[in-house]
Amino acid sequence: MLSPQEPPKRKLRVATTSLSGCFGCHMSLLDMDERLLDLIELVEFDRSPVTDIKHCGPCDIGIIEGCVCNSENVHVLHEFRNSCRTLIALGACAVNGGLPALRNDLDVREILREAYFEQQGVVSSTIPNDVELPLLLDKARPINEIVRVDYFIPGCPPSGDAIFKFLTDFASGRTPRLDYPLIRFD
Amino acid sequence: MNSENTFIIDGTPIPFEPDQTVLQAALKAGVFIPHLCFYPGLKPNGNCKLCTVVINGRHTSACTTLARSGIEVENNTPALHDKRRLLLQMLFVEGNHFCPGCEKSGNCQLQALAYDLEMMTPHFNHFFQNRKVDVSHPEAFLDMNRCVACGLCVQASSEIDKKNVFALSGRGIASHVVINTPSGKLGDSDFALSDKAASVCPVGAILPKRRGFAVPIGQRLYDDLPISSQTEFLTTREA
Amino acid sequence: MSLDNSSAREVLEPILERYSRNPHYLMQILRETQEHLDFIPQWAVDYLAEALALARTQVQSVIDFYAFFYSSPRGKYRVLFSDNVTDRMQGNTALLSRMLSKFGLTQGQVSGDGLVSIDTTSCTGMCDQGPALLVNNYPVTRLSSQRIDQICELIKKQTPLKEWPTELFLVEDNIRCKDVLLSTEMVNGQALKRAVELGPEGMLAEMKTSNFRGRGGAGFTTAVKWEACKNAPGETRYVVCNADEGEPGTFKDRVLLSSFPERVFEGMTIAGYTIGAAKGLVYLRAEYRYMLEQLQAILEARRKANLLGKDILGQKGFDFDIEIHMGAGAYICGEETALLESLEGKPGRPRIRPPFPVTYGYLGKPTVVNNVETLAKATLIAQNGGAWYRGLGTKLSTGTKLLSISGDCTRPGIYEYPFGVRIAKILEDCGAHDAVAVQVGGAAGTCIARHEFGRKIAFEDVSTSGSLMVFGNNRDMFEVARNFAHFFKHESCGFCTPCRVGTTLMCNILDKIAEGKGTIYEMNELSHLYQLLSTVSHCGLGQSAGRPVNDTLQKFRPSYDRRLKQKDFEPAFDLDAALAPAREIMERDDIDAHLGADL
Repeated sequence: MLSPQEPPKRKLRVATTSLSGCFGCHMSLLDMDERLLDLIELVEFDRSPVTDIKHCGPCDIGIIEGCVCNSENVHVLHEFRNSCRTLIALGACAVNGGLPALRNDLDVREILREAYFEQQGVVSSTIPNDVELPLLLDKARPINEIVRVDYFIPGCPPSGDAIFKFLTDFASGRTPRLDYPLIRFD
Repeated sequence: MNSENTFIIDGTPIPFEPDQTVLQAALKAGVFIPHLCFYPGLKPNGNCKLCTVVINGRHTSACTTLARSGIEVENNTPALHDKRRLLLQMLFVEGNHFCPGCEKSGNCQLQALAYDLEMMTPHFNHFFQNRKVDVSHPEAFLDMNRCVACGLCVQASSEIDKKNVFALSGRGIASHVVINTPSGKLGDSDFALSDKAASVCPVGAILPKRRGFAVPIGQRLYDDLPISSQTEFLTTREA
Repeated sequence: MSLDNSSAREVLEPILERYSRNPHYLMQILRETQEHLDFIPQWAVDYLAEALALARTQVQSVIDFYAFFYSSPRGKYRVLFSDNVTDRMQGNTALLSRMLSKFGLTQGQVSGDGLVSIDTTSCTGMCDQGPALLVNNYPVTRLSSQRIDQICELIKKQTPLKEWPTELFLVEDNIRCKDVLLSTEMVNGQALKRAVELGPEGMLAEMKTSNFRGRGGAGFTTAVKWEACKNAPGETRYVVCNADEGEPGTFKDRVLLSSFPERVFEGMTIAGYTIGAAKGLVYLRAEYRYMLEQLQAILEARRKANLLGKDILGQKGFDFDIEIHMGAGAYICGEETALLESLEGKPGRPRIRPPFPVTYGYLGKPTVVNNVETLAKATLIAQNGGAWYRGLGTKLSTGTKLLSISGDCTRPGIYEYPFGVRIAKILEDCGAHDAVAVQVGGAAGTCIARHEFGRKIAFEDVSTSGSLMVFGNNRDMFEVARNFAHFFKHESCGFCTPCRVGTTLMCNILDKIAEGKGTIYEMNELSHLYQLLSTVSHCGLGQSAGRPVNDTLQKFRPSYDRRLKQKDFEPAFDLDAALAPAREIMERDDIDAHLGADL
């Protein structure tokens, strides 16, 4: 007879990245403080600023901070989607575009001109331009407008408590759920 | 409790007075029904649809349905919460709601409802509509990016303030609030910060100038207690 | 353009006087103002607001709400192509392009010299003789390349509309199948005389006996409505004739008003007599503006014949008169409470019900709002009695129904059948030999597939306001649904959240699928949105806006499936195109400046 069994004792492999964001969500991740030690019992990190691994291998979870603002963001996001079984949008920018999306009613050409020519105190006479530099998309977009996203953790940034609750729920096989004080949009 | 002036919400008897709506009676009895475009003292106008409940098998707005004895109202059900969440998501993608940079954050009814209904994502593709900000008035500014077209300012200005400063214009997705001045600017109107219209906005579309983020995070209206447990506040505020 | 006060006065004062400076006539005042000035300039808004003691935003919001009012200059010749799905099937897209290129214009643009503007509009009710267009609100039907060229020449020569060849403006009745309404003769006043003999109570009793139900679509029992209004407290009552026939594919009210107007007016008078109303109002859709003078002449003749006015037919105290109000391009005004708002000179946003119009209607007074066909048929019941009428049709749907038939059939036009007629029979009669689908009841109606052609037209089976659009074997039902979805988006009044935002979301998703970017994800989204709109929307528009999509998803699923990508998700926008502005300013075109199709 089948009986409910304990989940396998394999650590979940997690990749994280920040697209167009401020790394605030990653700071929040570190804000778990000593609970990081509990977390590390449950997960191991693949590509992430924590490990400095440059490309994503097969992972259970991909955590994306930041919105999609330029062509490089698109490539990284696709790498995550293709490598990670579950993709999580972490923080306001990934969830709804966040502050970078405030530029969306402006023409990207105007923005660049303003930033590199017209801004007071700017002395440059060109817009930085190199094949190494990714081009800006016409609009900054939340990640779910580019790829399918499985979970969303809003907040600017989400608190360390919220991230911890989410990941521990997930690792234990519970559908992640944030209680009232943990859901925040600011 | 006299059964002649009670009705049932999710199994709980709710007393009501003549001319009370289902929403008014529920809030008075401490039963929360999500709502955005209703404000005590103003005529219910029923446009946000967040207070949709099921009465005798039919979906209807609790804010515009008069309470009648014996009716059975479904309110706190997963199916209705799903619908209300979808409505919130629609409002979030229709406008440009950037909570981290909004002075209303923490005191915003749209945001509070989203927290309460566990709206983790706006879900739909954003419209990213180009909407106006009007800073022409010395005391207040208008940020139409945040407007949800609830019409409360229109009502408060005409019904309470007797000034008719605001009106809803346009049609369909192009519906928007306009100002009753030849320039279309708030600064040219007789609007004042002491007007009721200045305080009924459920979101951050009408706000005082030079007063932002005055209350620290943690002490704002909806920081500790979800809107669903603040029915007393919601009924005692008066337009 | 600005005018000094004296010129403003010269144009606007006669109009204001004609309507006694009554703000409830704002719609009519604006229409006449625009007929003089080609648009409604700001100075006119200011002048009218002051003269009518309205806030300027009240005037402006009416202008902004209705599609046929313009705040900025349009062309001297304003051309609007009817864009119903039947017009599409008849090739209006190519004709529109042809005209645009003749003038070197894009859709919606006004020519530099201010001569002409060309755009599309919702169904103009000429589906049996389309493709059709409106020029300054006058319809031109049976468009062809030659006809378009002819119109272009007339516009280029600036020929006044009055001097255009009359055959251009010929609108045909195309009555193909007659039953009691269309074949019974009526001497003017005959039905009314009979009603007066019966007395109000007797007439109401006949209506009750007939078990006659309203023909606007909802099928409410007419006698119940009349009685509720008759018994509602208050002295003043109104009869309103809903001639805002905006449901795509419907044109039966047009035919009734152009060829049987006496019946309609007599039906209104009988309703007025029965409920004790002294005034009737016809709300005529803007697309039927061309009938206005003719209808007014008929009203005048009826006044002279003592069929309207004071002491009608010599009955002391039987006073009744009829006014015609023009709409200004808003489908939502077919909804009775939106119609009442519009009649009162406001944007057509549906009211909260209850209270219902029978107790709180026009200007807050008890009002009966009936469809054109309903009122016309009331004369038959007066003439022949309720028991006779009850013998026609089915038990639950007595009498006959006028159907407007268009689309893929050899004999489009007006068909009158007793209720209970099978769809297969109708299709045979109209020469629809390869039909795969029939949209019954317009965009808000039901999509019937071939296996259901045995179903009956009746309130208890397939209910309809009268539109029946036939789709042949080669038609793409996905595109049919998409056309309707765009119609609803355009016509949503914007009052309630689900309809305002939901109709746009639905269109966005359908457009995404049309562009080949849809996946199974979008299919689920469509169902989800339909569930919400159909239950939570404020009025019938939002509640039915998702129906064409839902029906075709169920019955013509492959027309969606064949467009889907075999992926789990695809963005709605083109990633590479999103880099174009940046490429332009950076002057880059290397491989890294593109996002390839490999993504």
